Amino acid sequence: MTLKPWLARHAQTLIGSLGRIMHQPTGALLTMAVIGVALALPLFLTVFLDNSRAATANLNQGFDISVYLKKQAARSRAPALADLWRRRSDVASVRVIPADAALVEFRQRSGFGAALDALTDNPLPDTLVVTPALSASTPKGVAALEQVLTASDDVDTVQVDSAWVNRLTTWLDILRRIVWLAAALLGLAVVLVVGNTIRLDILNRRSEIEVMKLVGATDGFARRPFLYSGVWYGLGGGGIAVSIVAIAIGLLTQPVNNLAGLYGSDFRLHGMTLTAALGVLGIAVTLSWLGSWLAASRHIRAIEPT
Amino acid sequence: MIRFDQVHKRYPNGREALAGVSFTIEAGEMVFLTGHSGAGKSSILKLIALIERPSRGQVIVADQNTAGINSAGVPRFRRQIGVVFQDHKLLHDRPIADNVALPLIIAGVPKREIDKRVRAALDQVGLLGKEQSTPLQLSTGEQQRVGIARAVVGKPQLLIADEPTGNLDPQLAIDIMRLFKRFNDVGVTVVVATHDLHLIDRVGARRIVLSAGRVATAVTDPAMASAATANAAGTGPA
Repeated sequence: MTLKPWLARHAQTLIGSLGRIMHQPTGALLTMAVIGVALALPLFLTVFLDNSRAATANLNQGFDISVYLKKQAARSRAPALADLWRRRSDVASVRVIPADAALVEFRQRSGFGAALDALTDNPLPDTLVVTPALSASTPKGVAALEQVLTASDDVDTVQVDSAWVNRLTTWLDILRRIVWLAAALLGLAVVLVVGNTIRLDILNRRSEIEVMKLVGATDGFARRPFLYSGVWYGLGGGGIAVSIVAIAIGLLTQPVNNLAGLYGSDFRLHGMTLTAALGVLGIAVTLSWLGSWLAASRHIRAIEPT
Repeated sequence: MIRFDQVHKRYPNGREALAGVSFTIEAGEMVFLTGHSGAGKSSILKLIALIERPSRGQVIVADQNTAGINSAGVPRFRRQIGVVFQDHKLLHDRPIADNVALPLIIAGVPKREIDKRVRAALDQVGLLGKEQSTPLQLSTGEQQRVGIARAVVGKPQLLIADEPTGNLDPQLAIDIMRLFKRFNDVGVTVVVATHDLHLIDRVGARRIVLSAGRVATAVTDPAMASAATANAAGTGPA
């Protein structure tokens, strides 16, 4: 068998199966809609997670580390340490707050001015505020950096106020896992739904399959149109999923941008990437093909002419 | 072309359809399988087309022992045989041309070749010009001719038919039988199962008469014998 007739026959089957689907559009559309809704949910959550990640990307400021030097450390130590640490790859910036400046600020803000006047010397230490680099802005990275900073002889205490950021990233991590779980379950649902649709399809065309087998069709030949039906269901369902999410994002963009504006943020809702859309189409087609393959292999083998 | 050797067939429900059937059909012969319904005619055809397997005994078709053909080999085996059914078994949602083309499509014949051979097959059964009709637009007799065209389009060396005239009135039935005879005349081995003895008398050919799952008589048609057409005569099993 040469390649050209083989290709032509596949093309013919592909178009033929589309024609048959168009012939009974209601049932096919319902199947596609089920696939679409099932895949829209994980796709939407993925877009949501992408946006959360984008919104929290500049949260490395939340990991700012305050380093308090020992009172007896020499005046020159603060700028020296700042210089040293700035050169580290896991440090984005270091701000020096000399004890004098800190006192002035504290006096203005705290309202303890009179009490401070009673002190003979400045009780505040020199302070360095270390902002970790973006790459180190993870609970782990910050912990490592904290250890390095503490090790310095002149350092008294190191304080990281990262608890809430830790909680947020943990939440996002859990959410990501939930999305994966949901996606896996809904993907399984797609396989089952398509499998069932193809099963009914095959039962409806039982006599046709019998005739084909009688005139010498292999199981593979009889199965082929059903596999292509599965591909069409997947394409249709994937298209519906992408449309649903595109509409949902369209509805949310304005309010979310307004909300960001109220927080003084220039955050903008990101839509689906082309990769995500194509990925969902590909996944839909793959799952749907898998469902039809499972159903067709099983049920076509069982049909024998009598 | 076909040899049955002590073939038994017992169905899962316990019914014994064939109880030790032996006969030989030579290449190029035309043979009628007759007998009352339930005598085992259909079982023999099903064993030939590998729709069923014998419980015991050997079935040899076109020099192949069917016992040696596994389920993966069945499709290729069936492509050598043209089968005609009493109920035609046409695909009603497709035009005549597609119905006739089915065995060629399955066998992977190129498109242009398919068109040519479909027209030739339809011409042979007198249905040229009906390519785009659907089966339900045709009469029963015409539908049976489509079934025959589909059976011969692959140019099989063996044509088997199960009660092909069962639903036809006598005149149409005789037309169909003459059609089978014409294919036989060009060298195709033809086996027709029928209980219509009247019809058999009008088409000269050997008969294998079955009764209760056994070969009752395997005789050469008297008319044929007297006409001394030797190709069929003398080849019946002793």
